[in-house]
Amino acid sequence: MSAIARDTDEMLIASRPPPTPQGGVMYWLRTRLFSGPVNSVVSIVTLLLIVRLVWPVIDWALIQADWVGSSRADCTSDGACWVFISTRWSQIVYGFYPLTERWRVDIVLGLFFTLIVWLVMPRLPGKRAAALMALVGLPIIAWVLLLGGMFGLPHVPTRAWGGLMLTLTIAAVGIVGSLPLGVVLALGRRSKMPLVRAICVIFIEFWRGVPLITVLFMSSVMLPLFVPANVEFDKLLRALIGIMLFWSAYMAEVVRSGLQAIDKGQGEAGAALGLGYWLRMRLIILPQALKLVIPGIVNTFIALFKDTSLVLIIGLFDVLSIIQAGLTNSDWLGFAIEGYVFAALVFWVFCFGMSRYSQHLERRLDTGHQH
Amino acid sequence: MLRPSVSIPRRGRGPLWRDPAVRALFFQVMLLAMVLGAIGFLIHNTMTNLDARGIRTGFEFLDHRAGFPVSQTLIDYSSNTSTYGRTFLVGLANTLLVSALGIVAATIIGFLVGLARLSPNWLLARLAGVYVEIFRNIPLLLQILFWYFAVLRTLPSPRQSLSLLDSFYLNVRGLIMPAPEAQAGFMATPLALAAAVVGVIALAIIARRRQAATGQQWPVLPLSLLLLIGLPLATFWMTGAPLEWSTPELSGFNFRGGMQVLPELVALWLALSIYTAAFIAEIVRSGIQSVPHGQTEAARSLSLPGRLTMRRIVIPQAMRVMVPQVTSQYLNLIKNSSLATAIGYPDLVAVFAGTTLNQTGQAIEVMTMTMLVYLSISLIVSALMNLYNARMSLKER
Repeated sequence: MSAIARDTDEMLIASRPPPTPQGGVMYWLRTRLFSGPVNSVVSIVTLLLIVRLVWPVIDWALIQADWVGSSRADCTSDGACWVFISTRWSQIVYGFYPLTERWRVDIVLGLFFTLIVWLVMPRLPGKRAAALMALVGLPIIAWVLLLGGMFGLPHVPTRAWGGLMLTLTIAAVGIVGSLPLGVVLALGRRSKMPLVRAICVIFIEFWRGVPLITVLFMSSVMLPLFVPANVEFDKLLRALIGIMLFWSAYMAEVVRSGLQAIDKGQGEAGAALGLGYWLRMRLIILPQALKLVIPGIVNTFIALFKDTSLVLIIGLFDVLSIIQAGLTNSDWLGFAIEGYVFAALVFWVFCFGMSRYSQHLERRLDTGHQH
Repeated sequence: MLRPSVSIPRRGRGPLWRDPAVRALFFQVMLLAMVLGAIGFLIHNTMTNLDARGIRTGFEFLDHRAGFPVSQTLIDYSSNTSTYGRTFLVGLANTLLVSALGIVAATIIGFLVGLARLSPNWLLARLAGVYVEIFRNIPLLLQILFWYFAVLRTLPSPRQSLSLLDSFYLNVRGLIMPAPEAQAGFMATPLALAAAVVGVIALAIIARRRQAATGQQWPVLPLSLLLLIGLPLATFWMTGAPLEWSTPELSGFNFRGGMQVLPELVALWLALSIYTAAFIAEIVRSGIQSVPHGQTEAARSLSLPGRLTMRRIVIPQAMRVMVPQVTSQYLNLIKNSSLATAIGYPDLVAVFAGTTLNQTGQAIEVMTMTMLVYLSISLIVSALMNLYNARMSLKER
């Protein structure tokens, strides 16, 4: 072999076999779980951990569990006894609402869930009407029906409210109240008027600096001192005011971060077209800013929903406190795990649903204009 | 030359109410009047109501004898002699204790879970994802109640304690473990530790200057570790190891010796750490993902090894995103520690805004003091964060 030929041989890259087809279970396993010795050990340890943790939970919660019955005597197996939940099911949903009036709660809850489905499903028409119904119609209907005392409906005091119905009421009022208030505060914090800005900053930083529980304490011990002695303040209303003010501050910060992200030119272009401040905000700035911060707004909604459980501490009976009260019932001692797991499931379903929907909405509204 | 045929008329000032400056002034004066009016109304109502109920305002009650026991006191307190003012400090110390413990644990768990979510291992990443989705979507209060009532309150009585190595015992009264008892001369060790910390800081500064001037590096990390561990240990042995352990022993129905960690503290600590860790994990994940992949590639093309790429390129840039968010989670944790009230851990809200308020009836003073504590912690930390952001923000041309 001549020297030249050997050199060319060395310069040419030897032909390689075609790449193996990538795909299939084995390929996936090899790249995702067993790509090296460390990774393999991690996979096996994780798998063992999952089996050790998850199997007993499934066994306890589903396989060995008691599902039907009417009293503690029906809890015969080793697993969970869901009879604890099923016997107080109506209490968990309605609280202490009078038995004969519960149809009113049913109507409100039915309307509530229908509207939510209507608003959430992209295919259904008439979104504007549904939104109007949810923001104006539903609150009025709920107020008339739940509280009663008019149109021949017997009055049901709020201390009889409880359970899921109360949790949803607090969450809905909190959400519907704190978002507009938050938007106003955020606009105020970015105002050019120094006094408006100062008042908004003080308001926002105050609520964000204190724990919600002290706010609720304050609303239950101090609010009665703040109003003239002859004004009777409902305990639920006091809590609602506290929750609304508290969360509006968080909402304001979220909205502000959206306002800051909007280019200054947008507002200036609006002003050049002769739009006044409010028109500019309503037509140009806010639609863009709010769309940008949907994840933040929904996260605040989720935090608000979770924190409705704090009303337990001031003696209102939401889902968690109804279950907590059931646990101290002397007939049902020792079912704490069942109670808490069920309550956790209720909260989890709502919060997880909200976070998934916000992710979906973010993708759907993404016009590709962001950065 | 072209000239306009008509001259543009000079714009007059127009009516006063159309002048933006006048309108802004008017609006602000109105707002101020409304706010002051509302505050005045509230103060007037409060004064009238307090008069009607015969409550005297003022802070004299802080000097009165408290007369109620507190289950965990980090500072000297006795129900017979201590004052209401002292209960404030006792509660504050307990709040700070559980917050500090929670912050440490939440940071460790959060970073581990956040890194696990980014792991190339599918199973591990999924497991971490499930952890985050479960714990951040369940109310913290529910988690606290779960750990306390469903787990710790169902533990066996002291006689049937779960024990580890015959020195750690877990029972319905909490966690009982050996307690260190400092003997004479022990103070030298913490002093040595403080000296070592000062030494490490000095070393870091000198090493950085030296590298900037000459390009030569010192092995700062091993030297610092040696200094931090070696100096206190050497001092400890040289002063004759002046530390004794008091081990718990079962006598009758209870334990003697050692120290007892309240089940309330354990439950609160667990719940706060696990809950906050889920949020920190998400911050860590998004922080690291926020560093563009081009940065890693650029580092690799400069043939920087993987560990250095992480330490010098990715982490510093991720930190800029992560630190403010993690700090706000720490603040949340401190504020959330007030949920202690629900299980009776004697924190600031439970002791001071709870028992002290109920006994004295001084709602306004007590609530103001309590809220001021949380408010000042928040404001101080956010002021520090603003400083940090100003220093760390990208210097753009």
